[in-house]
Amino acid sequence: MSQSQRHIISILLENEPGALSRVVGLFAQRGYNIETLTVAPTEDESLSRLTMTTIGNESKVEQITKQLNRLIEVVKLVNLTEGPHIERELMLIKVKAVGAQRAEIKRTADVFRGQIVDISSSVYTVQLTGTSDKLAAFIEAIGPSCVLETVRTGVSGISRGEKVLSL
Amino acid sequence: MELLSGGDMLVRALHDAGVEYIYGYPGGSLLHVYDAVYKQSHIKHVLVRHEQAAAHMADGFARATGKAGVVMVTSGPGATNTITGIATAQTDSIPMVVICGQVPSHLIGDDAFQETDMLGISRPIVKHSFRVTDPVDIPEIIAKAFHIAETGRPGPVVIDLPKDMTMPNERFEYNYPKKVKIRSYSPPQRGHSGQIKKAVDMIMEAKRPIIYSGGGVILDKSSDKLRELVDLLGFPVTNTLMGLGAFPGTDERFLGMLGMHGTYEANVTMHHSDLIIAIGARFDDRVTNATSKFCPDAKIIHIDIDPSSISKTITADVPIVGPVGSVLDDMMALIKTSETQVDAEALASWWKQINEWRPRHGMRFEKNDDGLMKPQEVIQAMYEATQGKAYVTSDVGQHQMFAAQYYKFDEPNKWINSGGLGTMGFGFPAAMGIKMNFPKEMVVCVTGEGSIQMNIQELSTCLQYGIPVKILCLNNGSLGMVRQWQDMNYEGRHSHSYMESLPDFVKLVESYGHVGIRVTDRDELPQALEDTFNKYNDRLVFLDVKVDEKEHVYPMQVPLGTMRDMWLNKTERT
Repeated sequence: MSQSQRHIISILLENEPGALSRVVGLFAQRGYNIETLTVAPTEDESLSRLTMTTIGNESKVEQITKQLNRLIEVVKLVNLTEGPHIERELMLIKVKAVGAQRAEIKRTADVFRGQIVDISSSVYTVQLTGTSDKLAAFIEAIGPSCVLETVRTGVSGISRGEKVLSL
Repeated sequence: MELLSGGDMLVRALHDAGVEYIYGYPGGSLLHVYDAVYKQSHIKHVLVRHEQAAAHMADGFARATGKAGVVMVTSGPGATNTITGIATAQTDSIPMVVICGQVPSHLIGDDAFQETDMLGISRPIVKHSFRVTDPVDIPEIIAKAFHIAETGRPGPVVIDLPKDMTMPNERFEYNYPKKVKIRSYSPPQRGHSGQIKKAVDMIMEAKRPIIYSGGGVILDKSSDKLRELVDLLGFPVTNTLMGLGAFPGTDERFLGMLGMHGTYEANVTMHHSDLIIAIGARFDDRVTNATSKFCPDAKIIHIDIDPSSISKTITADVPIVGPVGSVLDDMMALIKTSETQVDAEALASWWKQINEWRPRHGMRFEKNDDGLMKPQEVIQAMYEATQGKAYVTSDVGQHQMFAAQYYKFDEPNKWINSGGLGTMGFGFPAAMGIKMNFPKEMVVCVTGEGSIQMNIQELSTCLQYGIPVKILCLNNGSLGMVRQWQDMNYEGRHSHSYMESLPDFVKLVESYGHVGIRVTDRDELPQALEDTFNKYNDRLVFLDVKVDEKEHVYPMQVPLGTMRDMWLNKTERT
């Protein structure tokens, strides 16, 4: 049995009511897990682009993609992790920022190319974009104890080079 | 330009889709539609006594004809009552279109009277589903529903129809699409030629081949091609429970059914084979036994229209995604022009070996000395009485396995059973659906006293429409298959496997206006069968046959073993 790995599956889905519930329902029904899920309409309003990450070995992920392809509303899908790709996740994070911490957090955010998007007397809200690993590294760097709240969009991804996922 | 109400459009679109029968039950949300049904004469509506039976009737019709069966039920309980029937169809890939009423759009989400989220409830057990949000869309949705249900790997499609979509006074332009196109749905039309070439190379090299074919052959109407392939290659054939009849049951090259209750020779031949050609079959757990020990020497060619069936439980060496018929055509064309030939010498010695395996069990069973019959001999007698030509439906349990083992099906679409979901209560309404469509054919429902009671209310429907199916009830007074497992694994503790307080079936069916015949002794059976199929040819006959409750179904694979690990009777193991 091959090793379990994280896979990014990107789906072009008919932008119709109920389509998303079929995708999500399939995962529950067949005992697959969803790590992250993000979905929004594309430039073509009749289509949604859905990106999900899941963990499994090769044969499990093969079954997942085959089962997804059976859904009538799935137009096309690609397992981005099978080739070179770019992945991004956006995080908004509220951190305690008082006294000397204020400068330190600003410096750390700069290093990670994050932006402070909101400030109050004791709190900074930082916006950060990158791979999931990078977001985790930022939290590690500022010290998890000063984190008040985080919200992450889940992974979005796209293939590198000429390869496109379209009709 | 023709203006029709939503209700009229629905009925008209069904007619345009070629529908002859609707199996259904009216209710509040469907009253406009039922009024439209009343006003026309093309489509016959069959009023069932329980919506589950409507789904099974449509299913039986679909399995016998290959066309989608149509179900029409009201919202709420009407819709939820079809769920078991829809799941039955989905598991066996049977085309079906289920039209469910729904509360008016403005009430959806308000927990209105007879409102239920049918799309949500049915989602995991349908091939696809639609909700009508504009009456103008009705013809197109109907056309799409039939297209999806009947093409590719078939399956049930649910249409949720809010009542306000069918208002009699709101009329719209009616256009039934000549062609359906769905950009996100294009089932494969042909197999990959490179893969087919690889498969043919493998076939030519095989020393110990076997063809393992399933329900997919019947669904793709490709039984004749399977037969042609076997004529061409001379390989042994086994069928799954769903595939019986795709290859003639009386042919010398047929080894019988395989799997949990398959024949000794089919399972042993599979185990020792070096090449398995799987055609429209899905290596399910009732076939493979322990997947880790499955056929250790075999290479596997797997032909299926659904890629998700391939390498799901058993990894294929040569997967071929495509319709069975087209792939077999391409394959045979290559075989006929191939420079290499099948290894005839190896095949001859393989057949010699197989023929040595055959007598070991030979589907023998011991008859009782007194008149109490074994269920097997009843099936054999019914086989003789119908000359093997009947449509045979079954419910689920021991009687189902005995029918599969002892009725030799020579034709496809004649053995109708809930193989995947295992739905008790399926057989009788399925038989009704078939009989209505083939009034001149013999249609027999083989059942047990347990299963038949799960849809026995349909005796009333049979009276109303004059549906003279034959019900052969193997009455052993207990839930036989449950009892068998309790005998084998629970030291004979028969927890809730008795059917105490059974009705007098003869009186019961007579009260519905049908014929009931009770048989308790072997000597009575020939006359009873004669009466069933001749004297009462045009009547529904319920044949209540007392059989030995101690009998078990054999062979039976030993759980977690290989294909060849079997109990051959109560004391003998392979």
